Amino acid sequence: MTYIRKPRVQHPSLQANEIGLTRRDYEGSMSTLCAGCGHDSVTAAVIETFWKLSIPPHRVAKLSGIGCSAKTPTYFVSQAHGFNAVHGRMPSIATGANAANRDLVYIGISGDGDSLSIGLGQLGHVIRRNVNMLYVLENNGVYGLTKGQFSASADPGSVAKSGEVNHERAIDPVLLALSLGATFVARGFSGDKAQLVPILEAGIRHRGLALVDVISPCVTFNDHEGSTKSYRYTREHEVEEVAVDFVPRRREITTEYEAGTVRDVPMHDGSVVRFRKVPEDYDPTDRDAAYAYVRARQDAGEVPTGLLHVDPGSRDLHEVMDTAATPLAELPFEDLCPGGDALDEILAEYR
Amino acid sequence: MPTEQGTASPTAGAPGARINDVAIRIATANGTGSASANRLLMQSIFRMGIPVTGKNVFPSNIQGLPTWYEIRANGDGWTARSPDYDLVVAMNPATYGRDIAGIRAGGRVLYDDSRPLASELRREDVTFLGIPLARMGAEYFRGSRTLILMKNMGYVGAVAALLDIDREVVRTVLEEGLGAKKKELLEANYKAFDLGWDYAREHFDCPLPTRLRAMDANRDAILIDGNTAAALGCLYAGATVASWYPITPSTSLVQAFERYARRYRRDPDTGSLRAAVIQAEDELAAAGMALGASWMGARAFSATSGPGISLMSEFIGLAYYTEIPLVLFDIQRTGPSTGMPTRTQQGDLLTVAYASHGDTRHLALFPADPAECFELAVAAFDLADRFQTPVFVVSDLDIGMNDWVVPRPAWDESYRPDRGKVLRAEELEAGAAFRRYADVDGDGIPWRTLPGTHPRGAFFTRGSGHDSDARYTEDAGPYTEVVDRLDRKHRGAAAHLPRPVIERTTGARLALVSVGGCDAACREARHGLARDGVQANYLRLRAFPFSDEVEAFLLEHDTVFVVEQNRDAQLRHLLVAETRVPKDRLVSIRHYGGVPLGAGQVADDVLAHLAGTDTGSGPRRAGGALSGAHAASGPREEGEHRR
Repeated sequence: MTYIRKPRVQHPSLQANEIGLTRRDYEGSMSTLCAGCGHDSVTAAVIETFWKLSIPPHRVAKLSGIGCSAKTPTYFVSQAHGFNAVHGRMPSIATGANAANRDLVYIGISGDGDSLSIGLGQLGHVIRRNVNMLYVLENNGVYGLTKGQFSASADPGSVAKSGEVNHERAIDPVLLALSLGATFVARGFSGDKAQLVPILEAGIRHRGLALVDVISPCVTFNDHEGSTKSYRYTREHEVEEVAVDFVPRRREITTEYEAGTVRDVPMHDGSVVRFRKVPEDYDPTDRDAAYAYVRARQDAGEVPTGLLHVDPGSRDLHEVMDTAATPLAELPFEDLCPGGDALDEILAEYR
Repeated sequence: MPTEQGTASPTAGAPGARINDVAIRIATANGTGSASANRLLMQSIFRMGIPVTGKNVFPSNIQGLPTWYEIRANGDGWTARSPDYDLVVAMNPATYGRDIAGIRAGGRVLYDDSRPLASELRREDVTFLGIPLARMGAEYFRGSRTLILMKNMGYVGAVAALLDIDREVVRTVLEEGLGAKKKELLEANYKAFDLGWDYAREHFDCPLPTRLRAMDANRDAILIDGNTAAALGCLYAGATVASWYPITPSTSLVQAFERYARRYRRDPDTGSLRAAVIQAEDELAAAGMALGASWMGARAFSATSGPGISLMSEFIGLAYYTEIPLVLFDIQRTGPSTGMPTRTQQGDLLTVAYASHGDTRHLALFPADPAECFELAVAAFDLADRFQTPVFVVSDLDIGMNDWVVPRPAWDESYRPDRGKVLRAEELEAGAAFRRYADVDGDGIPWRTLPGTHPRGAFFTRGSGHDSDARYTEDAGPYTEVVDRLDRKHRGAAAHLPRPVIERTTGARLALVSVGGCDAACREARHGLARDGVQANYLRLRAFPFSDEVEAFLLEHDTVFVVEQNRDAQLRHLLVAETRVPKDRLVSIRHYGGVPLGAGQVADDVLAHLAGTDTGSGPRRAGGALSGAHAASGPREEGEHRR
């Protein structure tokens, strides 16, 4: 795992990023997921994202809960610190970690069971607190490790591999996040890495919680006829409504676009999210409009994807709490202990 | 200590008088502002230099239900709860019946006789002191809220006159509390106080034979509750992240931390906070946040009570197995389930020792008063860091929420946090070998790294089976190696935990053993028993797991009375399970009705056992001294008495 280094082969195709690292430096151990699992494609997109952003691997904190999705942080950025929390509780670990060290880059990988059933409460509250992290929800509508039970994102009418039909309402993480006031909401498809990578890049650079719901089909238990989370169903119903490019801070924007077709939304660090394909009647910075739009498309039977909403005025947990710029975990004891005179002053009130 | 009128005492006055040995109970309704009036009385007695305690017996309610406040002042320093009241201030007609029935023979009741007292409430053996508080107040004050508040000050005035509490001291405390700015309010309070004071002196034999006289016992003492003191301990230990979910009786701990953090943890340049206090959505998240922050290397904690510990158990097991420091304050209340949220108990002793599924065991510290809450809060962070494991600070509602007179804690400026074995970036850069869960030093304690410090320090923290290099495993050998080392680490910790407090008498073959909030009652009971010719040594535990010193103490006595406040003799269970002491030497004394323990309860049970009237020493015996009166709950504790 972390300690087994793959043989390093210097090859011209191994392009170095701004800090001299190749994509190989952002890989992890071999996946133990099923061949063809959507999650492995998401992992590949995550590796590409961290490489492109030139993030030092050891400055990444990667977290997960329990389930197939929770296994994936071992498969990327092996020099990052990882935390496999208990089922559905990754958001609270991430919140506390972020409170203690605001300088690391946080990525949480979850699934529909982990986030929408056992962890629905923590998902809701991590969104409310706007913890500065990328929250990837690998959504396949099914419990894989326990062999094929419906999850809370399974659509009504969808059929399990066993033939059982789901009658319960689905929880849609995108609509849920929008209604809870999430400041960055996107949906991707594990089969479309080109679309996913810029979304993940923007999500990392967003100051606040970036929720990225990724339809990530389960090849073993939910990729059959009658499933609404299969590769085929997703390919047939996906509509990329909101295409974006991510333009890092230091890169000059050179591509020419036809006037009126692009819209740039600046991020806190000076990078830019460039919306290059947005329907005329859709404003992705307007949360209510985004909600109505996504809802309408879904009612029409589409699976709308893209960066569906971003709030450029997002204030994360630290800005709201007004915590010190230096990570709390790095403050020296001298800055934390008020000292004996102060204690005498305090205790004088208890007479 | 003196028990009856005229008994010789260092503080005895004229024949027939009893000086500085007073227990009173004040009965009011919740939400009437009586808490500040009662605290004023208690604080004034404290300022007179007399050892004193105040016990708030309050309902889980915002307004309307009955509430009681008990004050015991004792010149000899015995300040356990005393349910043998010399004076009952009955201000709540809804509880007249039980309040009057609860007074000892020869005691007195102060009541508002603006309206006549029902004749069936009269008792021949009790002196009734009627004072027309409502009627007098109505002559001077307007507005129903003001009338209620001023009535409170009226009984404070009358009680002060009856017990000879210094009027000037009361006025000073009042002025400090209200602040000089609120002159009008202050004058109204003085007036209301004097209405009661003057009426009492005119109509009653003031002061009573049972009364107070200024001493000088509190010069280096403070009057503080355990939750505030624990919060200060967290502040001084350098804690930066507090995550919590509101629950009685722990709420005030995190609130105090936040208050002091806002005052003492400001960046001098920007004014931003060097602390984060996060109110979580539940205790599961509160524990997770503290754990996440600890993982990053911050000193983090949460405070809760029994129901919260139940919810946190999942993360407690994760912290144990992943070896991440975690400081949790458990301010115990009466269980099981929701139980009696505003009443005290020691019902979580077994829970904190072994919380969570699988083989888990935890370090626990047991403060007995607010001064120790401060001391052990600081120690908890050092121990959590040193042993990379959850540490519980196990307090209770009585310690946490009531005001106690304790020695003023002083701060040792040479204190520096013990952060334990953490490999730093320089050491990793220099090529230090890092094996997260390997026992490289032979003490069971591995080295850890903090996220973000160095690429060579990276590893995967996981609650699933792992080997000594933090790699996932499902193999018996590597799995067992880690959990066996964890066991060695925990057993090794015992010698480094706060030592027990031991008091000895030469030749004693009996002993009392107790924990936490039982201390004051046990020490007083031991003193009283000695006067009755029963010599007993005493040990108060301050930590779990138990050290060799604890085991040796148990083994050297023929009979050990284990005193605790829960039904199931949880402390006795722990002693039986975790030491070699023969089970039948441990006699259980338990009181768990929700009110703080009294010395009389302990001494009576010891004497009953020695006299053979006791029905047995097992923890689950039925009947006998432990059912019925001694287990009395609620405000009417018949059979309880002060020794």
